[in-house]
Amino acid sequence: MQSQTYNYKVVRQFAIMTVVWGIVGMLVGVIVAAQLVWPELNAAEWLHFGRLRPLHTNAVIFAFGGCALFATSYYCVQRTCHTRLFAPGLAAFTFWGWQLVILLAAISLPLGFTSGKEYAELEWPIDILITLVWVSYAIVFFGTVATRKTTHIYVANWFYGGFILTVALLHLVNSAEIPVSLTKSYSAYAGVQDAMIQWWYGHNAVGFFLTAGFLGMMYYFVPKQAGRPVYSYRLSVVHFWALIFTYMWAGPHHLHYTALPDWTQSIGMVFSLILLAPSWGGMINGIMTLSGAWHKLRTDPILKFLITSLSFYGMSTFEGPMMSIKTVNALSHYTDWTVGHVHSGALGWVAMVSIGAMYYLIPRMYGKTEMYSTKLITTHFWIATIGIVLYIASMWISGVMQGLMWRATNPDGTLTYSFVESVKASYPFWTIRVVGGVLFLTGMLIMFYNMVKTIAGQKPYEAPVLAPAGAHA
Amino acid sequence: MDINDARAALTVLGFVCFIGIALWAYSGRARKGFDEAALLPFSEDDLPVPSAGRQTKEGNKNG
Repeated sequence: MQSQTYNYKVVRQFAIMTVVWGIVGMLVGVIVAAQLVWPELNAAEWLHFGRLRPLHTNAVIFAFGGCALFATSYYCVQRTCHTRLFAPGLAAFTFWGWQLVILLAAISLPLGFTSGKEYAELEWPIDILITLVWVSYAIVFFGTVATRKTTHIYVANWFYGGFILTVALLHLVNSAEIPVSLTKSYSAYAGVQDAMIQWWYGHNAVGFFLTAGFLGMMYYFVPKQAGRPVYSYRLSVVHFWALIFTYMWAGPHHLHYTALPDWTQSIGMVFSLILLAPSWGGMINGIMTLSGAWHKLRTDPILKFLITSLSFYGMSTFEGPMMSIKTVNALSHYTDWTVGHVHSGALGWVAMVSIGAMYYLIPRMYGKTEMYSTKLITTHFWIATIGIVLYIASMWISGVMQGLMWRATNPDGTLTYSFVESVKASYPFWTIRVVGGVLFLTGMLIMFYNMVKTIAGQKPYEAPVLAPAGAHA
Repeated sequence: MDINDARAALTVLGFVCFIGIALWAYSGRARKGFDEAALLPFSEDDLPVPSAGRQTKEGNKNG
């Protein structure tokens, strides 16, 4: 039966752009890291750290991470629902619309147009475009789920679905703004309410964009690559609902010791601590999926990426709750420790699980069973891992050092160190961070080469939709 | 009843709902469905089979 094929085209487009935007976003990351070590690199106003930093965060989170989520969710939902993607025209629109959003971000942020909200800097016309793309994404995704040929909705689709719905809600509420011109708007909220809504958004962007979505990826690609079903399906169901019920409350931990009411800060802290349980439940569930097949880790670099990503997920979801404790936060907040924590999650968990999934997807999109070079995947894995370790270790050290220097006082109550002394002491660690970033970026370039060689000379492939049982030829 | 009682009640309801989900997930009743669902990624082999699939110029026209 050759009547119908899965929609691989949109998956293929997003998969390729994942690698491309990964390189762009991480290159900007390396540049801003270098600017901290060599301030002369702030060459022009549109190349200034303050303008490039939001470009870096937007590019890696929404361009690299976003494309990876689109690609894998579209693949997973078709494959586990045994049906072709719903509304192919809208699916194509999500691709081109999302690329346009990224392009507009890459132009408007260096030019200095920003609404000033962290991870939501884009100005109001782009916000509207994001909304249109996101609603289309929801229609395509849930339309596919609704037209499924299977009885059950696989757990990965629950995570993807939760991510899509929540991000829609977060974006709409946090981006409520009053335009004063085409390129300038002001938040609809003021004062501490604005701060709370911003970090309700900010933390749930971490919790749903960077966690729930990528957990959907994990729940599909880890079992597929390991060749065995998820360790405990019921644990995955409890994992999902526990995340849904707790993540929404954790945002206030970004506003410890601010004008936010003290009880709100405490609630944020308590719920952040509770989050440790579902996070580790999910991590254990993913890693234990390999139980009985541990030997595959030795030879399969894609599994290395996927399982190491889960280890980093476990590490950063332990570190996060610890840092949300007010007394710990008093030391860690505003220091490089936070930056290290974010990158342990972003590079270790989000990037590594995406890279693993892309190495799985790319050959299949072109009718091949594996990448051009498995050896280069192994090389990529080790370079990336060393890069992450250098990055987060240097940020831990400089972060704790900064925190201790800032709080040190003389017997007469004056500060022991001026701020600039802590800056000076941070230089060696910032240099190590540049090295870590360059290594991680190098890994992505190796991936790009491997991808080009895999695709070269191959025609795009369309796989047939699984016929319902009984209809097999 | 002031609005804060309603907010507290909603929070408690959320908690009870979650406990209910957890109990249901670990009860015997959910087991069969879960076992079937866990196998969904394996209901078909997604390695390309050149004879079954098709290599088109770009995209495809059906469906």
